[in-house]
Amino acid sequence: MLNNKDLLGIKELSVEEINLILDTAAGFKDVLGRDIKKVPALRGKTTVNLFFEPSTRTRTSFELAAKRLSTDVINFSVPTSSVVKGEGLIDTALTVQALGADFIIIRHASSGVPHLLAKNLNASVINAGDGTNEHPTQALLDAFTIQEKKGKIAGLEIAIVGDIMHSRVAKSNIYCLTALGANVRLIGPPTLIPENLKAMGVSLFHNMEDGLKGVDVLIMLRIQLERQGKGFFPSTDEYSKNWGLTLERLSLAKEDVIVMHPGPMNRGIEIVSEIADGPRSVILEQVTNGIAVRMSVMYLLSGVKR
Amino acid sequence: MSKELMNKKDLDRALTRMAHEIIEKNKGTSRLCLIGIQRGGVYLAQRLAAKIQEIEKKEIPLGSLDIALYRDDLNIRKQQPVVRRTEIPFEVNDLKIVLVDDVLFTGRSIRSAMDALMDIGRPASIQLAVLIDRGHRELPIKADYVGKNIPTSLRETVEVQMEEEGVEDRVTLRKSESVEGKGAE
Amino acid sequence: MRIRIQNGRIIDPSQGLDTIGDILIEDGKIKEVITQKSKQKLHDKNKDLINRKSCTLDGVSDDCRIIDARDKILIPGLVDMHVHLREPGFEHKETIRTGTMAAVKGGFTTVCCMPNTFPVNDNASVTEFIKRKASQEGYCTVLPIGAITKGQNGEELAEIGTMRKEGCVAFSDDGQPVMNSLIMRRALEYSKAFNVPVISHSEDLSLSEGGVMNEGLLSVTLGLRGSPAEAEQIMIFRDIVLAELTGGKLHIAHVSTKGSVDVIRNAKKRGVNVTAETCPHYFSITEDSVKGYDTDAKVNPPLRTAQDVEAIKDGLRDGTIDVIATDHAPHHRDEKLREFDMAPSGISGLETAFSLSMRLVGSHILTFSQLIEKMALNPARILQIDKGTLGVGSDADVVIIDEKKEYTVESQKFISKGKNTPFNGWGLRGMPVITIYKGKVYEW
Repeated sequence: MLNNKDLLGIKELSVEEINLILDTAAGFKDVLGRDIKKVPALRGKTTVNLFFEPSTRTRTSFELAAKRLSTDVINFSVPTSSVVKGEGLIDTALTVQALGADFIIIRHASSGVPHLLAKNLNASVINAGDGTNEHPTQALLDAFTIQEKKGKIAGLEIAIVGDIMHSRVAKSNIYCLTALGANVRLIGPPTLIPENLKAMGVSLFHNMEDGLKGVDVLIMLRIQLERQGKGFFPSTDEYSKNWGLTLERLSLAKEDVIVMHPGPMNRGIEIVSEIADGPRSVILEQVTNGIAVRMSVMYLLSGVKR
Repeated sequence: MSKELMNKKDLDRALTRMAHEIIEKNKGTSRLCLIGIQRGGVYLAQRLAAKIQEIEKKEIPLGSLDIALYRDDLNIRKQQPVVRRTEIPFEVNDLKIVLVDDVLFTGRSIRSAMDALMDIGRPASIQLAVLIDRGHRELPIKADYVGKNIPTSLRETVEVQMEEEGVEDRVTLRKSESVEGKGAE
Repeated sequence: MRIRIQNGRIIDPSQGLDTIGDILIEDGKIKEVITQKSKQKLHDKNKDLINRKSCTLDGVSDDCRIIDARDKILIPGLVDMHVHLREPGFEHKETIRTGTMAAVKGGFTTVCCMPNTFPVNDNASVTEFIKRKASQEGYCTVLPIGAITKGQNGEELAEIGTMRKEGCVAFSDDGQPVMNSLIMRRALEYSKAFNVPVISHSEDLSLSEGGVMNEGLLSVTLGLRGSPAEAEQIMIFRDIVLAELTGGKLHIAHVSTKGSVDVIRNAKKRGVNVTAETCPHYFSITEDSVKGYDTDAKVNPPLRTAQDVEAIKDGLRDGTIDVIATDHAPHHRDEKLREFDMAPSGISGLETAFSLSMRLVGSHILTFSQLIEKMALNPARILQIDKGTLGVGSDADVVIIDEKKEYTVESQKFISKGKNTPFNGWGLRGMPVITIYKGKVYEW
């Protein structure tokens, strides 16, 4: 049983809860393997996708998960201008609840917004990405993928490469994988990896070759091109030369290494196409697993007594 | 307060008889498969499949089916049911499925199982094999193969324990505190 | 109207008093302070002449209120040299009326209001408006602090001299630092002509860079932009060097970090004319209060670490920090009930300041007398006003404290319009029960 009606972040989950979500996701993946990819479990419930930041990939994944559980799905794409004005966040959410939402899937540019909603609404709030805080379902589907491919997570050498500082995916992954007992390495330029993350028990590498030695799992992050102008790194070219994943660098990792990426990819910058489309890549499976994990989360949240 | 209904030997004999009955009624094993309902029916289905193979010298397809997502009491239960694996590594279309469960009670689990099977494919027919039929049906469901008929009161529960779980094979009748025993099915 | 407060423990650092006695108030001024020793002497001399019902030892009189202050502490009305009264322009957050009412409840009889109103108090008309409103609707003395620069934009000096004449007691661009060092230099130099302190909100904006909490592991794990402690320290250092250069009177507002305390301590050792203030939240809670994205804990400077809290206490103890002020910053509920990074910074502090500060006495960081220095005498001295004292002839601003009274903070019941406090639900001990302002008695 999950302890809270909401999924706000990995930080708020116990190891038992993480394992429950992953174990249950296996059962849902079986459903996705059938012709009729639908179960009546949450029939009659309503899911609202409240996306204040544009996203096709995550939103579609949640939408499919919600529909496969037989809930009714409504998509609210809030225009950016009202985000800038900051008008009516609470009002929008209360309206959505008044419409009968049982699940509110929220993505917002400000960290902590899901927490604010969860406090003020009865519906189950699921964090689909808040500012630079967390993206818990991404970390959960990544963990599920690793467990499927490697049979375990504890003791694995897992490297996360890229803009850790601004990546909510990286943060959630760090919390999740360290909680499950993996040895996590962060690789990237010093300006993009906060030193104080060492306190979380991860190792920091600024040299990619050193960091990749003996790695079991590689999680590549999307480098945000906007960071270029702000002094974090001089150019994407230089970034790519030093921290881009090439076949040569990949060979430093273990032979059976798996390569992951939350998407969307900047082919040629952080990862070359040969790897993205190659045998070590599990990027597309992450997408399928994403739906199963999100179904698992929604199913388990529905069982939490208010 | 509990009473032993079947011991290891009784269970084995019942399963052997049921295996013979399944083969007899279906005139062999052609297009036959066994699917055990999580959790109670899974090990039973495995044992039945093994016995059928011993008798007919033919392996029949074996699968497991989780029905949590098809239950009709998801909103009512105190504890949310655990979702387990559904592993049916074969096409069910046009097959004769023998569903296997440990205890047949209200019949609602079987209804859920049939709904699940319908979403998985279109079997030629569905038959039902249960180790114990304890009566009190609430839906028009009937078992084709029964290990033992036990008349029970609503205040009692029937527990099936199996070696595969780490305990000795045993079927026990227990008096429960409340009538809520039904939900535990 | 006469008042005689009897048998209280009088603590007045301006006269070096900590003794049981009576205070006599007449016509809004302190007429006499009668300590036990002098009572005993007179009693022995005039056994027959003393009429217990009268307020004065000579002569009989009945139009006198007697307040029994047995087991209570009598202190001078507190002076808060850093509050935001929000009027004119932001009356939905607070008004001079509601703010001064809250002040009086908190034991403050003099407050200095910062100029970041709308319009900014950068000229004599706004100063005059504030003074007039205060005299009409205020419950205590309101002394305006004028802006250093026009519009607080850090570019051109405001009319400091004219505003001084109109009643401003100090100058500050609080809410903002004066980023341009040349302008800050000029302000410190120019202020010398009018003998007023320049109060600096010391923050290097280029380093704090839109930070909404203290920079550290917690800001990273919460995904909130952090403002490093160094942003404050660097600016304090600059301000002190400029104060040394110019000889102006510098007062550092809301000190929050260990590094800042060290810099100020060293400067004082060198003899620089600098004073400093801190606020109750900086010695009571840490950045942990932000967990869960509680906007009531969002304040600027932000809440810091446990080491910083200890350093602030050390700074209070050894005199590096001269003043405890509230930086009372009320906001409307709707403004705080939103995304953390969009919510305005500020804590509504007038009604909890004294109780929180009393904990310093309880934990032996300060004596009671030293606490009154920090909250009444020192601010008065820095601003050169005749307050913060129970000396004969001064305004009858007296606060009666019940140091044993325990209560739970209930922000919804605050008199201030601002209910934004991270201390809601806290159990505190010791609070003002009666505040007398110029002879007018407020009790609740």
